[in-house]
Amino acid sequence: MSNLASALNGASFKGLVTVTEAGLVGMITLRGDLSSAKLQAAVKVACGHDVPEPRKIAGTVDGGVAWMSPDELLVLVPYAQVEAKLSEMTAALDGEHALAVNVSDARAVFRVSGASAREVMGKVAPVDFSAAAFGGSDFRRSRLAQVAGAFWMDSDDSFTIICFRSAADYVFNLLSTAANPQSSVGVY
Amino acid sequence: MLILKCPYCGVDAEETELAAGGEAHLKRFGPGSSDDEFHDYLFMRENPKGVHFERWRHANGCGKWFHAARCTQTLEVFGTYSAQVTEPPQEIRDAITAKRPGWTWREFE
Ligand SMILES: [Zn+2]
Repeated sequence: MSNLASALNGASFKGLVTVTEAGLVGMITLRGDLSSAKLQAAVKVACGHDVPEPRKIAGTVDGGVAWMSPDELLVLVPYAQVEAKLSEMTAALDGEHALAVNVSDARAVFRVSGASAREVMGKVAPVDFSAAAFGGSDFRRSRLAQVAGAFWMDSDDSFTIICFRSAADYVFNLLSTAANPQSSVGVY
Repeated sequence: MLILKCPYCGVDAEETELAAGGEAHLKRFGPGSSDDEFHDYLFMRENPKGVHFERWRHANGCGKWFHAARCTQTLEVFGTYSAQVTEPPQEIRDAITAKRPGWTWREFE
């Protein structure tokens, strides 16, 4: 079997925060009618969670589901199980007008953790990262400087970030630059 | 800086998350139309100083198209609304009237 590798082989940088490429994550894009009982059941089968409210995520990268748009979810599963989970989901969606696709290898995942995590994210995305405005199960699709990205907080000082694999190098350099030890701003 | 609330995901999206899609509520004139109608459909656009209706897309976000009513002079936003309509809904018209009594735009008022 070929040696599967994530985009940057787990690269990491330590500055104001620790930036780490988080390795391979199983991701299934699901489009359809999110209010459909059949679709909701298929999501539960695949990741063990209910369909979240708009702009929310349920679970973690090891088993979770994020709200992407009014007709799209991102289902997160362990990378090794993605094909099996996709088959279960497709079977559960039989007859439903919906589409589930394995997009794991089109993505890269990063973790930004440390006391300045909110500040570093605030430098690269046009989002209010104050504790009152973002945290908990909030999930946001936005941009990371010049490329698309999505993120949420695993804890009060740690973000998980998803971007396109083709932009992995850009995003790693971007986050590392934003985390330069001499670039502290002191907000959040 | 323009901030528009995306009616699909509810995010108060800052301008750099959005892609401008030009004038709203264009009526297509295609096969069977007169040359003048087709010309106007292709080239003639409103360019008001004041109330204006536009299409926007939440490109770096949920990806959906939507409509916005705003003032080109003050950048005031009167409201955003669904893309699945062919004219501004009444609550948007009312919001504009409250601020700009007597406004008109194309055939709307
Ligand atoms: Zn949106």
